[in-house]
Amino acid sequence: MKKISKLPFSGTPEQEAQLRAWLEENGKKPGAAMPALQFAQEIYGYLPVEVLRIVAEGTGRSLEEIYGIATFYAQFSLSPKGKYKIAVCLGTACYVKGSGKILAKLEEKLGIANGDCQLDGKFSLEASRCIGACGLAPVFTVNEDVYGRLKEDGSELDAILAKYRD
Amino acid sequence: MDMVKVKINGIEVEVPAGSTILEAAYKAGIDIPTLCYLKDINEIGACRICVVEVKGMRGMVTACVYPVADGMEVFTNTEKVQKARKMNLELVLSTHNQDCLGCVRSGDCELQKLAKDYGIKDTKAWSGMNMEWPVDDSAAHMYRDNSKCILCRRCVAACGVTQGIGVIGANERGFETHIASAFEQPLDNTSCVSCGQCIVVCPTGAIAEKDDTDKVWAALADPTKHVVVQTAPSIRATLGECFNMPIGTNVQGKMVAAARRLGFDKVFDTDFAADLTIMEEATEFLHRFTEGGAMPLITSCSPGWVKYCETYFPDFIPNLSSCKSPQQMFGAVAKTYYAQKMGLDPKDIVVVAVMPCVAKKFEVGREDQSAAGVPDVDVAITTREFARMIEKAGIKFDRLPDEDFDKVMGEASGAGHIFGASGGVMEAALRTAAEVLTGKELEKPEFMEVRGTDKGIKEAVYTLAGKTIRVAAVSGLANAKEILTKVRNGEAQYDFIEVMACPGGCINGGGQPTQPASVRNFVDLKSLRAGALYTQDERMTLRKSHMNQEVQALYKEFLGEPGSHKAHEILHTSYVARPIKY
Repeated sequence: MKKISKLPFSGTPEQEAQLRAWLEENGKKPGAAMPALQFAQEIYGYLPVEVLRIVAEGTGRSLEEIYGIATFYAQFSLSPKGKYKIAVCLGTACYVKGSGKILAKLEEKLGIANGDCQLDGKFSLEASRCIGACGLAPVFTVNEDVYGRLKEDGSELDAILAKYRD
Repeated sequence: MDMVKVKINGIEVEVPAGSTILEAAYKAGIDIPTLCYLKDINEIGACRICVVEVKGMRGMVTACVYPVADGMEVFTNTEKVQKARKMNLELVLSTHNQDCLGCVRSGDCELQKLAKDYGIKDTKAWSGMNMEWPVDDSAAHMYRDNSKCILCRRCVAACGVTQGIGVIGANERGFETHIASAFEQPLDNTSCVSCGQCIVVCPTGAIAEKDDTDKVWAALADPTKHVVVQTAPSIRATLGECFNMPIGTNVQGKMVAAARRLGFDKVFDTDFAADLTIMEEATEFLHRFTEGGAMPLITSCSPGWVKYCETYFPDFIPNLSSCKSPQQMFGAVAKTYYAQKMGLDPKDIVVVAVMPCVAKKFEVGREDQSAAGVPDVDVAITTREFARMIEKAGIKFDRLPDEDFDKVMGEASGAGHIFGASGGVMEAALRTAAEVLTGKELEKPEFMEVRGTDKGIKEAVYTLAGKTIRVAAVSGLANAKEILTKVRNGEAQYDFIEVMACPGGCINGGGQPTQPASVRNFVDLKSLRAGALYTQDERMTLRKSHMNQEVQALYKEFLGEPGSHKAHEILHTSYVARPIKY
């Protein structure tokens, strides 16, 4: 099930104006809900209740219907992503090579659970499906950077995370 | 209308073009089982129980949504069809909580019936991953147990399409798909109005009313309590269905006899309070109509509607009649007038209400509903719960004699009886208002234009004593939304609007006996049930609320005039704007 963010909402009036302008023009067209959610996520980075309420109003649908769509598609996130998004591949190849253990180590080191974001917004952590780098298994990514052939004891993780400590 | 000829299992039938295979088969006298399909509101072809073979087509099609074409040959009962249906059923059962014995729907569960019909021997044939779902019992009126949900989405359609509310829907996907509210909020924290239309369309035991019969049994067993029961207008038109009587059988006499045998100290009629409501509401209407006040006046008998208005149309709160609903008026009078007459302490009186409605369970706990300093009504149970009590007590309902209500609060006019159908409150009010306005007896007490359960919005214009009165009777909350939006935008003008939350009115309420989709899709349930009430009214000589002698005695001995200060204290209430939650 999708993780629902408990972090306080910090959207700006500018962001809201941008979303409302889009909805004003497109919200009532047939099939508007998906692109509306995509656009909203582009603006805010994730989809908290405050944002889904605007989308529901702008598309003339109930909040629950919009929520149902947001939880159906993997592309939508209900919790914010960090400045550095860590995605641990749990595809078959990575998993048999120990990526599950690496995910557990990262949870421990970052102090957050799979699907969560740190309070200061620096790191977020999630498990991903196969990313197609099976030859490098086990693999995780930090934004666009790929780290592969990792040791399952997690001994390299501190050094990798240290690169992003700015 | 263009007609097409099709053959169903070799039987030729002619049906209108655009009909579904399911409809054509029905015409040919053949039942095709369905689970997810509900005519007009849930036509999604998802459960695949209704699959049939069509000559010349490779795969099977879903009969519920597949339109027929001229010359089409359909086979509903081949070995291939039976095998497919059986497997689809086994797959549905693979994630279904099969704790059926004590399930509230055991015996009238649509899934259970199909499992039996298709001879499913191994109900765990495809057992695999199963989610654990907590039961949501946060709301006052119902609970949801998703372990029994088959994801047919009939409840979602009832909430979103019929009622235009949409606080429930399908969340997540795959095995994690489940029906819930946005952000997994408990129902109590949503803007659900408690109408219960989701309950009556559920094919299984996934959604049901909160059973309050234990509270009633406890009161009946307590010798220090004086327990009185009131039965709502529409109950007599539906209770028989729980005992296999034909839909539309009026069982008033047996219902009274059953209540007496259950041990209630007095068996009274909510219809007495319906007549009382008319006295107050007609007075209120005439006052606002002639002296000014928020217009149009809108009825307040239906607690689902009242909560809907408070939540979604709070700007119409001043238009709501300040009259309590008949259920609450009854309780208020029982604990004041009746208590005084009988020399009873209101604290020792337990008022049980048998209602067609689950929102009544919410209503008993509302603010400003305690005329004697204690809640006007103690327990509200549904028709289904009342039938369960009769069953449990071993009372042979069909063999009961017909009995009469007790005196003091047991007399009712035909106007009170028709409260149970959409348009009934309006008609009852017009009968009284017309005679008050003109000072003459009506030649005909019928106001046919506001009758009928097929249309969700009925409008009429009447001229009474030279004055034009524009009225509307609305049922189903999606229709209420439509008409209130028009009034708000100045596109429609009325003087008096009746709103009932459930389509067709209380006879189709969320607390009424469940009927399977096979009945709901092909039988006009609403009009058969409403017919029982209109027939009763037609056969009576007492057909106007203001002629009810017990109501007249109540005013003479206790309340004074309709709309008096005392009547306001006891029989009227107030409303609150409610924020839209999830």
